[in-house]
Amino acid sequence: MEIIRYLEDDGTPQRDLPFLPEELLLGYRALRRARHFDERALVLQRQGRLGVYPPFRGQEAAQVGVALCLEPARDWLLPSYRETAAAITFGMPLSKLILSWRADPAGWGAPPEVNMVQFYIPIATQVPQAAGVAHALRLQGKEAVAAVFIGDGGTSEGDFHEGLNFASVFDAPLLVVVQNNGWAISVPTQKQMKVQRIALKAQGYGIPGVTVDGNDLVAVWAVAREAVARARAGEGPTLIEALTYRVAPHTSSDDPGRYRSEDEAEAWKKRDPIDRMRGCLVHLGLWDDEKEKALEEELEAEFLAAVEEADRVSEPRPWEIVEQVYAELQPDQRAAWNYLHGGEA
Amino acid sequence: MIAERGTRVINLVQAVNEALDLALERDPRVVLFGEDVGRMGGVFRASDGLQPKYGERRVFDTPLAESAIVGFAIGMAMAGLRPVAEIQFAGFLYPALDQILSHLGRMRHRTRGRFTIPLVIRAPYGGGVKTPEQHADSPEAILCHVPGVKVVIPSSPERAKGLLLAAIEDPDPVFFLEAIKLYRGVKAEVPEGYYTLPLGKARVVREGSAASLIAYGGMVEVCQKAAEVAAREGVELEVIDVETLVPLDTPTLVESVAKTGRAVVVYEAMRTGGFGAEIAARLAEEALDYLQAPVVRVAGWDAPYPPFSAVEHYYRPDVKRVLEAVRRVLSH
Ligand SMILES: Cc1ncc(C[n+]2csc(CCOP(=O)(O)OP(=O)(O)O)c2C)c(N)n1
Repeated sequence: MEIIRYLEDDGTPQRDLPFLPEELLLGYRALRRARHFDERALVLQRQGRLGVYPPFRGQEAAQVGVALCLEPARDWLLPSYRETAAAITFGMPLSKLILSWRADPAGWGAPPEVNMVQFYIPIATQVPQAAGVAHALRLQGKEAVAAVFIGDGGTSEGDFHEGLNFASVFDAPLLVVVQNNGWAISVPTQKQMKVQRIALKAQGYGIPGVTVDGNDLVAVWAVAREAVARARAGEGPTLIEALTYRVAPHTSSDDPGRYRSEDEAEAWKKRDPIDRMRGCLVHLGLWDDEKEKALEEELEAEFLAAVEEADRVSEPRPWEIVEQVYAELQPDQRAAWNYLHGGEA
Repeated sequence: MIAERGTRVINLVQAVNEALDLALERDPRVVLFGEDVGRMGGVFRASDGLQPKYGERRVFDTPLAESAIVGFAIGMAMAGLRPVAEIQFAGFLYPALDQILSHLGRMRHRTRGRFTIPLVIRAPYGGGVKTPEQHADSPEAILCHVPGVKVVIPSSPERAKGLLLAAIEDPDPVFFLEAIKLYRGVKAEVPEGYYTLPLGKARVVREGSAASLIAYGGMVEVCQKAAEVAAREGVELEVIDVETLVPLDTPTLVESVAKTGRAVVVYEAMRTGGFGAEIAARLAEEALDYLQAPVVRVAGWDAPYPPFSAVEHYYRPDVKRVLEAVRRVLSH
């Protein structure tokens, strides 16, 4: 099966790019914004100012390329814990994301103009839900799509298959994006499945499946744009497999030294999605060191402002535990609420 | 409210069908789906005639996958619709437990109210009609242990109709379990037109002073029969229909026990960890001063519901076992 690519490893375009220069600059900026957040989030985590954090370094293009095609107030994003980069690009405020990874409920609710469901922790459960969201959008006559992300390990779960089957049977406007990063914690893809290309699974559901170079922003973006157009036109779901690699550990508490070789990570670092996109921009005469420096400063200022904003939010209060369980407090929750307020149970 | 309307005598599955029809008619956001619910009208005909009336966009068949049915319904509810999903038998909810436990009950909580799940999952449950394996399971206790959902089990056609309409209007996810034995086993006067009955209320279906029989769903009928037999011997039993298991109307149960001093809890799921244990525990916590005897449970045995129909009636609590339990609490 073909692997769709637009850029050489050094960023040199292999063929005509289907994006305007200003679009390419926007895409690069989105990549850098995601990377900046990831790097700084890990620092916060080490300072004890963030909870367990799942980094995505290396997977920026796979997420950003899809999110660039979505409109936050119209379309829907159902991400797993790995997709902070997609969330950032989709329009989630950085302060909310910091709060979210601080395990503060103030970060759990997306703003009304952003249709992102809080990061899913159980693997694959969001796939049938995304199919349902997509089908509901269609039934309501909205030309909107839902995008759901999942890892290679997640494709072994029943919900992945049930969700794809439902989406295909109902022609739901859905993008199912598998970030094949080679590993499910310590289990390599070869021990997860027998099939060579995850995109081949699409054949089992009668829908298009494509494998794309997940470290090539232009390729992911182009493929996703086409899938979104098909979905909006009522032509149903697409399965996109993005071949990529998570250079960083599985989470901030993981030690990849126990199961994978440093050489492997080093080899992938040479195909870094951001260096590659920068190489493309430089090749096209659109970028230089000065612009890079200005961008870096801008992103740092944005991040610091977001941290400040997150810090201003007060800690969750004990009674928030029993709030938002039901639309209204029911007798048992009311009793707990009173107790947590310092009253009698 | 109800008394002013005309009534007709119909059975429970007809009452469910009427409620679904009225909900589809009243609210364009309501959609109905599940295995065989469309063309066939459901294996028990609960959705009979609704697909021709409302079309395939509102009433449709899904592929055979319970986890996806529930997950799909969650997504549809989040995106603005009011799904009513049918699981063909409650014993087939198990493949969907991940969706139920991981998300259905906690989506409101985990998104701080940004996304909510106004959804109803209907499923037939319980024994007494000689069904194959798994078809007679009573998994209500598993569902009651999920934070964020409501669990309703009606015991009569009139209650089923009003409660189902209330469940569909409710902003939270509701499990609506319908006793298979009652589908065609009971007929009663049911008001015409649209009406709702409040969730979260237990009700006294028969007043008495000697002991309280506390039951729900298919066991209410058994308790009523037991109370009739006891009455012939001069023992007046009170019968309480729990109706909504979550949230539980504990005050009504306590009030009854305050009057009678004795309680027998009847349910057809296996005894250990069953919902009757929750009721007994609440009475121990809140009604101990009134109790003159330990609360006794009459339940299914701690075994799978027997698929061998010749003896299944030994599993399901019957009038005899209920009266034996009454004798125990009275002799204390
Ligand atoms: C249902 C479920 N089982 C197990 C886990 C624990 N777990 C968290 S991440 C993970 C591996 C997932 O790998 P993959 O789907 O490839 O995604 P990646 O983390 O590589 O992005 C496991 C087993 C979980 N979160 N949910």
